[in-house]
Amino acid sequence: MTLSADRISYSYSPAKTLPPEGGSHEFTLTDVSVAVSPGSLTGLLGPNGCGKTTLLKLLSGVLKPDSGSVRLGQDELRALSTRAIAQQIAVVPQETHPAFDFTVMEMVLMGRHPHLGAFQLEGPGDLAIAREALVATGTAHLAARAYMTLSGGEKQRVVIASALAQKPKVLLLDEPTASLDLGYQLEIAALLTELNRERGVTMVLATHDLNLAASLCDRLVLVREGRVLMQGPTREALTSATVQQLYGVIADVAFHERAGHLTVIPVSRQ
Amino acid sequence: MSEVIALDQSAHVRPIRTRLAVTLFTFGVLAVVACVLAPLVGSTRISLARAFDRSIPFADNVDAQIFFIARLPRVLAAALVGSALATAGVVFQALLRNPLATPFTLGVSAGASLGAMLVMIAGVGVTAGPVSAVPLASFAGAAVATLIVYVLATPYRRAMSTAVLLLAGVTLNSFFSAIIMFVQYVADFAEAYRAARWLMGDLDVGSFDPLIAAAPLVVIAFGMFALLPSALNVLSLGPDAAATRGVDVARTQRLAFFSAALATSAAVSLAGPIGFIGIVVPHLVRLLVGVDHRIVLPASALFGATFLVVCDLGARTLLAPVEIPVGIVTAMIGGPFFLWLLVRKGS
Repeated sequence: MTLSADRISYSYSPAKTLPPEGGSHEFTLTDVSVAVSPGSLTGLLGPNGCGKTTLLKLLSGVLKPDSGSVRLGQDELRALSTRAIAQQIAVVPQETHPAFDFTVMEMVLMGRHPHLGAFQLEGPGDLAIAREALVATGTAHLAARAYMTLSGGEKQRVVIASALAQKPKVLLLDEPTASLDLGYQLEIAALLTELNRERGVTMVLATHDLNLAASLCDRLVLVREGRVLMQGPTREALTSATVQQLYGVIADVAFHERAGHLTVIPVSRQ
Repeated sequence: MSEVIALDQSAHVRPIRTRLAVTLFTFGVLAVVACVLAPLVGSTRISLARAFDRSIPFADNVDAQIFFIARLPRVLAAALVGSALATAGVVFQALLRNPLATPFTLGVSAGASLGAMLVMIAGVGVTAGPVSAVPLASFAGAAVATLIVYVLATPYRRAMSTAVLLLAGVTLNSFFSAIIMFVQYVADFAEAYRAARWLMGDLDVGSFDPLIAAAPLVVIAFGMFALLPSALNVLSLGPDAAATRGVDVARTQRLAFFSAALATSAAVSLAGPIGFIGIVVPHLVRLLVGVDHRIVLPASALFGATFLVVCDLGARTLLAPVEIPVGIVTAMIGGPFFLWLLVRKGS
């Protein structure tokens, strides 16, 4: 099922919602069209405040576009309930801080929320799905641990497990590795590759990490000042020229034999 | 070591149904035992068998009179108030995503206190059926405070901001408290004493009538609570995380705010602002049964009842025949506990 945005525009205004942290009221996302085909792994690149997070919120239905439409298959998101959307689209944010000391299993079972009725408690089927999500993310041994006592990388794997427990058709990730050190970044990257290649999970990944995007994504969408600068296969979209246009940074972009993907070496500020 | 982990896991991964049943049974038994035993204890010794002995006419049965008229309404009031304040605490803590929030954080009790205070000082004698002026005025004060805070925190057509909610509530709380102190300052000594005594909390309701007036409000609030637990779990991850797991955030926040404010208003107008129940009970319950609101909320309702019944028993008997205001007993237990929580949270 294809998740697509058709010429959507959005602007923040005090009467609607406040922009994300650090964003400004003047920010607008203008005339953006994106198509995420089943099984693909699309990267969303762009400088701070360019509208990546806003675009992800529009794709997940948390925000409604001012004009244009977001569709999942034939259905327009606007017409679906929050619950119906959550049964098909899951989101992994940069960080998740629960207010209470939930166990890992409880965190993962929260992914079943959109599939349960108002007074329905999770049953054996839901537990089986949660266990499978724990196994898929390599966190089964942590099930009884308190989420807050985990390391950053473990936490992010648990949040991904919680998103997988939603059994989504599309998984949206908003800078999932931004607060992790190099080791955990590679660990999460390996996990996302595995989930995409072996389990066929469709993903959209917003990131600042060009090398992560180069290693994972088969398609890139480059966003600058609320507009799509260009989109296409990673090899075509990620070049010295586009990096310079996007970030104002002069960089070498070359295929790295040992890594097996394009690599970006920033050289200097323009 | 691996065995320990395996055991630990099986304990936590035990199905929710089992955990809920065990918890409700345990806390339910505790609450029932407290409510049956508490009326038997007091400055006059009575026997349960004699109190329920139908062969003695009620007019001649002193044990039955003490049990049913003097003590049972008071014990049931303690159970109702304890239950309402503990659950309101749970809901406010989840709504504000702040484990240190209480039912009184958002100014609802200060509004109630101001209402009660004004009526006491002015000596107004308005009544509605069995309900006298003081509870009526305190309920009205709570309603006004609730609406002010809600309007401040909910700009036109936008979702509620919990940060503004917290700030508006705390500010309103201080503002109302200042007016309360001012009113007490200008009042004469007897009125000021009566008002100060009300602020310490008092469960001596005297008859079943005030209970019958407050109980439906608490029942309505509990009915609204029943819709909340799993949404509150997800909401405690943050509003966006909740929305992407299918929670209607604006609706859940509204429902949580008004139901908890209603429970608090009913409790405060029945017994005055009895502090610390709303924070001590939820935290004790979480230490015992974990943090899942589907278990914490009903367990807090039952344990809140038990806790206040026992505190009130202490208030009646510790210095008998002198009674200590129950708010002093709960605060003397709750205060140090609250500090311990803060220190533990900080470390």
